[in-house]
Amino acid sequence: MISLTHLLALSGILFVIGLIGTITRRNIIMILLSLEIILNGVNIAFVAFSYALGNLTGQIIVFFVMIVAAVEVTVGLAIAVVLVQQMGQTNADELKLLKW
Amino acid sequence: MTQNIFYLLAALSIAGALGVILARNPVYAVLSLVATMFAISGIFLLLHAYFVAAIQILVYAGAVLVLFLFVVMLLDMAPETMFRMKINTLKIGGALFSLFLLWEILTAAGFFTIPSANDNSSQGTTAAVGKLLFTRYALPFELASILLLVGIIGAIVLAKKKL
Repeated sequence: MISLTHLLALSGILFVIGLIGTITRRNIIMILLSLEIILNGVNIAFVAFSYALGNLTGQIIVFFVMIVAAVEVTVGLAIAVVLVQQMGQTNADELKLLKW
Repeated sequence: MTQNIFYLLAALSIAGALGVILARNPVYAVLSLVATMFAISGIFLLLHAYFVAAIQILVYAGAVLVLFLFVVMLLDMAPETMFRMKINTLKIGGALFSLFLLWEILTAAGFFTIPSANDNSSQGTTAAVGKLLFTRYALPFELASILLLVGIIGAIVLAKKKL
């Protein structure tokens, strides 16, 4: 029996690692990878509550989170490829076209 | 026993996640994320979420990260120019804020106590999850397929030079 506190702590640690990666790395591909870590940390929290409450709904939500993550990665990587083709780089600090 | 396996897998997943955000070479970052995904899948197995564990390996380690590897190798980014970390106050502040958030989450996690002990009714087998997915959650399931279709079309529209 794994305690819920430990599972939530692991979930929070992974979430914060991903958040730090999203803030500090400047390459768009590294930002997308860090987003994957964030989503996985949240998935652990969902499955942990599903386990502790004896309710399968949390696992269904994990399934949908994975679908959204797959779509996000597909479109994000396509955008990264187009950025390299058009601007020659994927550094988020240099890409200011959408900034006002 | 289960506790020790959990600690091992948790340490492995945290080490992999740290490897992702600290690696200078993007290929190493993607490969350490694969290790993290496998460790998280093992944690799902410990929590009786068998279907989710299998999907975790199939979709994340099998499809999403291979897509990442394809793009990293296709773009052929030089590690030193693309991955330099410019340290400035904003980033340090962001990292410190994240650590504060971690402290906050860990404090909150200590307060959670679920009164009802877990019974064996929450076995996340494929049959149980599939039954729920195609009855009560049939509408979100169909909407998810529409979302996937939109994602596919969006990727094609972005990637093709001339439609």
